[in-house]
Amino acid sequence: MALSEEAVRHVATLSRLQLTDAEVKHYTEQLAKILEHVEQLKKVDTTNVEPMITATLTGNVFRPDEVRPSLAREDALHSAPDHDDEYFRVPQVIE
Amino acid sequence: MPLDSNAYAWMSAREIAAGVRARKFSAEDVAQAALARARALDPKLQAFVTVLDALALEQARAVDAAVAAGKDPGPLAGVPVAIKDNLCIRNTRTTCSSKILATYEPPYTATAVEKIVAAGGLTIGKTNLDEFAMGSSTENSAFAKTRNPWDATRVPGGSSGGSAVAVAAGIAPLALGSDTGGSIRQPAALCGVTGFKPTYGRVSRYGLVAFASSLDQIGPFARDARDAALLTAVISGQDPRDATSASLPVPEGLLDLPARADLKGVRLGIPKEYFIPGTDPEVAAAVQEAIGVLKGLGAETVEVSLPHSEYGIGVYYLVATAEASSNLARYDGVHYGHRTEKEVGMVEMYARSRAEGFGDEVKRRIMLGTYALSSGYYDAYYLKAQKVRALVKQDFEKAFERCDAIVSPTTPTPAFKIGEKTDDPLAMYLSDIFTISANLAAVPGLAIPCGFSAAGLPIGLQVMGKHFDEAGVLGIAAAYQAKTDHHARRPALG
Repeated sequence: MALSEEAVRHVATLSRLQLTDAEVKHYTEQLAKILEHVEQLKKVDTTNVEPMITATLTGNVFRPDEVRPSLAREDALHSAPDHDDEYFRVPQVIE
Repeated sequence: MPLDSNAYAWMSAREIAAGVRARKFSAEDVAQAALARARALDPKLQAFVTVLDALALEQARAVDAAVAAGKDPGPLAGVPVAIKDNLCIRNTRTTCSSKILATYEPPYTATAVEKIVAAGGLTIGKTNLDEFAMGSSTENSAFAKTRNPWDATRVPGGSSGGSAVAVAAGIAPLALGSDTGGSIRQPAALCGVTGFKPTYGRVSRYGLVAFASSLDQIGPFARDARDAALLTAVISGQDPRDATSASLPVPEGLLDLPARADLKGVRLGIPKEYFIPGTDPEVAAAVQEAIGVLKGLGAETVEVSLPHSEYGIGVYYLVATAEASSNLARYDGVHYGHRTEKEVGMVEMYARSRAEGFGDEVKRRIMLGTYALSSGYYDAYYLKAQKVRALVKQDFEKAFERCDAIVSPTTPTPAFKIGEKTDDPLAMYLSDIFTISANLAAVPGLAIPCGFSAAGLPIGLQVMGKHFDEAGVLGIAAAYQAKTDHHARRPALG
C-alpha cells in the first residue's frame, strides 16, 4: 500500500508534530518502506486467533479503593516550563 | 596515599560487597575509584549523560557508617551501579537522552533504583541511551554517541549502550538497563558483557520512563551471570506501584547463585529459524562452539521450531510504536519538559514543542504508531499484529514442552560501524531480529559472551527460558562461564 504525503501530514497532525515540507517527504519515504516490511503479516492466517492484548502473565490485580497521599504541589510543579506556584501556566487557548 | 582508580575496576560485585562488609576497604574508596575511572574514560567512551559524584559519595558514606555501626548494609554494599538515564531518581536530572527532557528532575525514584540503594548499592551515574530507548546503537541520543570499548569506531549497540559500556570498561561491575526488543541483550553481546531481560512482570517498572508498556522490562548488566543473578534478585518482586509486576515469589538462590558443575538433565532447544544464512559466519561458528561446550557439560540438545519468528520484527514495530505513540503523548510542554520559545497558541505550542524536543527516530515511531492505531488502519495493523504476537507466544509455549531453555545467537553480526545504519531505519531494526521474540512472548532472555571475531569483537550467545525461570537461565550461563573465559577478556582501553 503506497503511503501518500497527505497521509503523513494527517498523522503528524494527530501526533501533534509540526513538520517541514522536507520532513514530510523524508518520513513518507521511510514510513512507506517500513510499512512494506510489515505487510508480510498479512500472510499469516489469524482466523480464530485471539489478539494478545496484554503481556501480563499473572492475571488482573485489584487493590482497595482508598484515599492515599498524592504528589505534593511543589513536586508536581518543579519541572514545569511555566507556573505561578499554584497552577501550570499555558498559552492562550481561545483566540 | 594516591587513589588507584583501577584498584576495583575488574572486581565482581560479589567481591566488592564482601570486601566492604568485611571492612577490607571502604565503600567510599570504591566510589571514589569508580568516579575517577568514569572521569578518565568517559571523554572517549561517552557512556554517561550525568556522573552523580555527590549522590554516590553520600550513599557510600552511609554504607560505611552502617558497617562501622555493626549493621549489614546489604548484598550490594559499596557496589557501584550505573543507571540507564530512563530510570528516575528523585530531584536528579533524568533525560532519556532527549532534548525534550534535557532539564527534567523527576519527583520520585524508580523502585528498582530504590531497591539497589536499600541494598547498599551506589548510583554512580546516569548512562546514555538511544532517545527514549528507541534504537539499537545509542546513536539516537540527543547528547553524544557512545563508543564501543573494543573498537571506538563502532557502536556499543543499544538502546542501553551507555550501561553496557560502563560495565565493559570496568567503570562499574553492574548497571541497569531496560529491554523492549533487545535493548539489554543486544548491547551486552556487542560489548562482551552479560545482560539479562527477566520475565515480563518480574521487576517493577515504577519510575521507568514508559516506551512500550507491554514489552518494557528492566534488567541487569554484569561481567558474569552470577553478578547478573545478584542484581536480578535485588530488583525483583511485586510492587503495589506497578500493577503489572508479578505476585510470584522471587526465586531463592539468585543472590548467591551456585556455579553448577554440569548441566546433566538439562534439555536445550535449538530453534532452526535462528540459524539462518544471513548470520555472520564468525557469529554462527562461535555459537555452535558454545553449544558444543554446553553439550560437554552434559546438556542434551533438541531441535525446536519457532515458526513465526520471521514476523517478529513486523509485529514489534507495530505494537511497540502504537504503545509509544500513546505513552509519548504526555510530552506536551505543560507539565514538564521542553516548551517552544515561540509565542504561539496552545495547539501550536504542543506541535512546536514536540517537533523541537523529539529527535528523528522518535518522531518516526510516534507517526508509525499513530498510523497503526488510526481509524481505518487499526484492524489491518495493530489488531493483526496483536494476533500474530499471540502466535509467537504460542510458538515458545510449544517449544518449551520439549526443552528447558532455548539457545541461539544474540545478534546476527558483531558491532557495526558508527553511521553504518543511521540512514536506513529498517536495516537498524533488523539487528534485533533474534532478541525481539522474547519480548513479544514475555519470556526471560540472557546474553553472554561466547567468543570473539577475528577483528577482536565480542560475540554473544542468547539463552531464553520459560516464564519466570530466571534461575534456570542464569544457572545455565553460570555453568558455561565456569567452563569458559570469554567473559573474563577485557578491552584494551589505553
